[in-house]
This record gives sequence, structure tokens and C-alpha cells, in this order.
Amino acid sequence: MLRYILKRFTIMLVTIWIIVTLTFVLMVTLPGSPLNEERTTNETVQANLEEHYNLDEPYYIQYLLYIKSIITFDFGPSIKQPTETVNDLLGRGFPISFELGIATIIVAVISGIVLGIFAALKHNGIIDYMAMTIAVLGISIPNFVLATLLIQTFAVYLGILPAATWSSPMHMIMPTIALATGPMAIIARLTRSTMLEVLTQDYIKMARAKGLKPWKIIIKHALKNALMPVVTIMGTLLAGILTGTFVIEQIFGIPGMGKYFVESINQRDYPVIMGTTVFYSAFLIIMLFLVDIAYGLLDPRIKLHKKGGE
Amino acid sequence: MTSNDETKPTHSPADIPDDWFKWKDKDLDAAETVSRPSLSYWKDAWKRLRKNKLAMAGLVFLIILGILATIGPILSPYSVVDQNRPNQFLPPSAEHWFGTDSLGRDVFTRTWYGARISLFVGLMAALIDFFVGVIYGGISGYKGGRTDSVMMRIIEILYGLPYLLVVILLLVVMGPSLTTIIIALSVTGWVGMARIVRGQVLQIKNFEFVLASKSFGTKTPRIIRKNLLPNTMGPIIVQMTLTVPNAIFAEAFLSFLGLGIQSPYASWGVMANDALGAILSGYWWTLFFPAFFISFTMFAFNVLGDGLQDALDPKLRE
Repeated sequence: MLRYILKRFTIMLVTIWIIVTLTFVLMVTLPGSPLNEERTTNETVQANLEEHYNLDEPYYIQYLLYIKSIITFDFGPSIKQPTETVNDLLGRGFPISFELGIATIIVAVISGIVLGIFAALKHNGIIDYMAMTIAVLGISIPNFVLATLLIQTFAVYLGILPAATWSSPMHMIMPTIALATGPMAIIARLTRSTMLEVLTQDYIKMARAKGLKPWKIIIKHALKNALMPVVTIMGTLLAGILTGTFVIEQIFGIPGMGKYFVESINQRDYPVIMGTTVFYSAFLIIMLFLVDIAYGLLDPRIKLHKKGGE
Repeated sequence: MTSNDETKPTHSPADIPDDWFKWKDKDLDAAETVSRPSLSYWKDAWKRLRKNKLAMAGLVFLIILGILATIGPILSPYSVVDQNRPNQFLPPSAEHWFGTDSLGRDVFTRTWYGARISLFVGLMAALIDFFVGVIYGGISGYKGGRTDSVMMRIIEILYGLPYLLVVILLLVVMGPSLTTIIIALSVTGWVGMARIVRGQVLQIKNFEFVLASKSFGTKTPRIIRKNLLPNTMGPIIVQMTLTVPNAIFAEAFLSFLGLGIQSPYASWGVMANDALGAILSGYWWTLFFPAFFISFTMFAFNVLGDGLQDALDPKLRE
């Protein structure tokens, strides 16, 4: 197990290093980058940039200092707002995005699993077909389309939900639904197919023969095993949810990190783009690592497998 | 045969003479011939796919979409970019079937033009994934040993990179255009394909028919082309079918962030983005058509992919 964790950990570090290096190379070498041309008119900004990126040093020193600044969690200044740094933006925006992300994950996982279980239990019945139609639709409708549909219906026509900002639980409903539908659909499909497989196993028959109540069989025996694949795709889903927040926050006017990120893209505020990308990538890569470890801990077969071969 | 009552009295009631029994179609060769044409793997798969109504509906939708994307912009009297301010936000009518947008541009024309862009991006991304993924995965799986483990480490690292973030980063730097979008989508997109091909090749290369081929002295490239690739084609096709909607979604998503095809040219993502402000004022058609076609195209590719998966790998089913 330790070897497995170590191996994953090394891969995680290398992946983060690649992202950091990639941003550095793009920043320094490409024409039009704010660092190698005297484009910025604002003197404060120029001073900030020079100070943060040590532009008077040779490239390799710049590179090492850049890595050091990232390790010490300092993501540099913004070009467009001279008094702001990426850290300021992260400090303000990230907690809100985090709330949205957590709400989305909770809704997606719970509703996805429930939908998947019902579909599997009523295999080939009406509920199954309905659940799977919802699931395929959920995968097919892009979240920004769903978001605008929701606004159109609940805010414009019915007027029962607020369309923008992030100030009360009511405001959270639509963004969360818009963001959670895709992951929910994926989880529902996965839960259904693994549940169908698990339900034919002998130990389920055994449990039934012992006279256990159906719901107890499902929760205690079937669900435990059916959820393993859901754990494995959590990393991918997290990445999807995170990138989804860019668009959803933009549409609903939520002042989260995603909104700042999109603004920085539109204004070509390179340091903010790079800083946010590095921060989000590192965040995701660490999450992926944790998911892998969780999977290793949950599934005893991983341990044996890794000891035996490879 | 002659009727001889004494030789076989016990076989039948005595009053039925033997010559009442006759050979029907006494053609023994006919019994040996195969009455129906033998089904190849592909014909068999096609037969199974045809039974899957949803997947067939998806296929038909995509074919019609392809045709309309080709001829739609030609048929229409309007151009994609022509602005006509007085005609802004006209609802769907006989003249403008899908209405007009905020700049008086014909939504019908733009929708099919957008279909061209979206399908082109999707198909190109799938093709590039196919070439890179098959070569990389093929070599990794076939060589095995050290080569394989080094190549797999690289894959594991690339797999950890957040796909859309890398794409955004590349586009910010390279500047958005059709070519750069396709490049950016392909840079890490092939990893999934490479993994699948490698897994398949690892399995198949140990089968007897490959050994037989080797013992005849067949060279490695030929073995890969003739023995391994055809047998991995099923999962590859499924993976490609599922790559296309992902790329289409990614393109729409990027357009939404302002990193897609640049206005005035149309892609579905650009149109949806342009329409955002307009729907709040009730101009639903500006959003409805691009949104409808993005969703249905993705839906069609997804159900077709699912159908192909079942059709190409019958073992998976039950």
C-alpha cells in the first residue's frame, strides 16, 4: 500500500511540475506575452511584474524563483487591476466557488446514486427507461444551455427563483442544478450498470435466502460494491464541475473564482490566467491523488494486485 | 429398393410397404451447403446495431445533420456574416425560418454553418486522437516490458492534467482560431484512446493466431496492421464516437469563454453565447436553435456510441 501511495505521489508531483513549467515557458517565450514586451502602460503594474517575475535575472533564475513563488503560494500580480494580486482574487472568489462545487457534488452524488439504484431495481421497466433517458439527456445537454433554460423558465416566466448573484440559499438552487445534472447523469449510468452486475452475484442471493429485507440487502450488501466505480470517476467529475463553474458563474453572475477567471481571459490578463490555471490544476491533481488513495484503501484487490505484479 | 416383406417386418406395421417411404430431396450435397450467407464480424455487428432503434435514430439524425451542414448554407439566400440592422430579432417566419439575431443575421444559415464548424472540430479531434492514440498505444502494448512501462508512466502523467484547463491555456497563448482549437483539443485528447488500444493489444498479442502469424515470419508492422488492429477496431470505433461529442462540447464551451471561433463566424457555441442577453428579452429563437442542435448532436453521438458498444462487443451484454 505504501508503495502504491508513493508511486501515486510521485506522479502527482511530476504532473504539477509539468503544469508549472508549461505556464512558465508560455509566459516567457511567446510573443505578445506581457513579460517580454514593454506593452503595459501602467507603471505600478510594470513594477509589480518585474518584482514578481524577477525580469532582470537570467531565465533559469527566473524559473527557479517562479517555482519558489508557487510553492510559497504566491501567484503574482494582476495586470488590469494594479492593486490586486491573484491571491486577492483567489481569497475572494474561491470560497464562493467552493460552496457551489460542494453543493453540486452533494446533489450530483446523491441523486445520481438514487436514480441508478431505482433504474437497476426496475431493470427494463418504465422507471429504468425514464431514468436512463434523463441520464443520456443530462450528459448531452451542455450545462450552459441548461442554465439558460432554467433562467428562462424559473426566473423569467415563473419568476419564482432569483436569476443572479449568490446571496441566499434560493440563489444557489439554479446554479447547482445546472452544474450537477451532467455529473448526476454519469453517476446514475455507472451506478445502474454496476448494480445490475452486483445484483446477480451469489452473495446477494445468499442474503435474500437468509430472509434479509430488500432495502437492507441493497444498502448493506449491494451498494457498497456498486459504488466502487463511482469513486474512480470522482476525479474526472471534479475536473468537469470545476471547469463548469467558469461558465455557470458567468451566466448567473456569481462572484466566484470562475467569473474572475473568465474576465481575465477576456481581458487577456495573463498573470491572472496563469496563476489561476496553476492553482486550479494543482487543486485538481491533488484531488485526483486523494481519490486514487481512497480507491486503494477501499478496494482490497488493489493492494494484492500491486504487490503481486507490475 | 424392392418390397421385401420378410427382411424388415418389425420396422413398421406389416401393412405399410417399404416403398411408401421415399427420400424427400435426395440431395445430400445440398444439406452440406450453407443456406445463409456467412456473417462477418462487421455484418453481424451491423445487424445488431440495426435492432437498436435509439442508436439508429441517432445515426439517421447525424446523417441528415451532415447533409444539411453541407448544403444548408448554400441553399439559403442569406450569408453567414451579413448584418442587417433593421431586421434584428425577427421571429421565425417564411423568410427567416429560424428568425434573425441581434445583428439581423439569419439564424437558419448560421445554424448550418455552425453545424459545419462543430462537426468538423469533432471529427478532426476524433481523427487525430485515432492516429496518435493507435500508434502510441499500439507500440506501447506490442513492445511491452520497459518501453511499455515508460510510455505508460508518461500517459499517467498526461492523464492527470486537467484537460480543459490545458486547452484554455494553450488557446490563450496561441490565439483562438479553428486550427488552434483542434490542436489544443488534440494535445492531451489522445491519451484515452492510447490507453484503450494498449489494453486491447496487450490482450490480443498473446492469442494463438498472432503466434501462428509470427512463426510464418511475418514482420512486426504487418502483424500490427493485419492481426492486431482489425481486432481492436471495435473499442476504437466506440471511443471515437464518444470523442466527437466531447470535442463538440469543448468547442461550444470555449466559444462561450470567448476562446472559440471568432464572431462574425458562427459555431453553435458562439451563437449560444451571443444569444444569452437576448433570451431575457424573450427572443428565444436565438438561443433555441443552436442549443437544440448542440444537445441533439451530442445525444445522437452518445446513443450511437452506446449502441455501437453493444453491437461490437456482444459479450458485454448480459
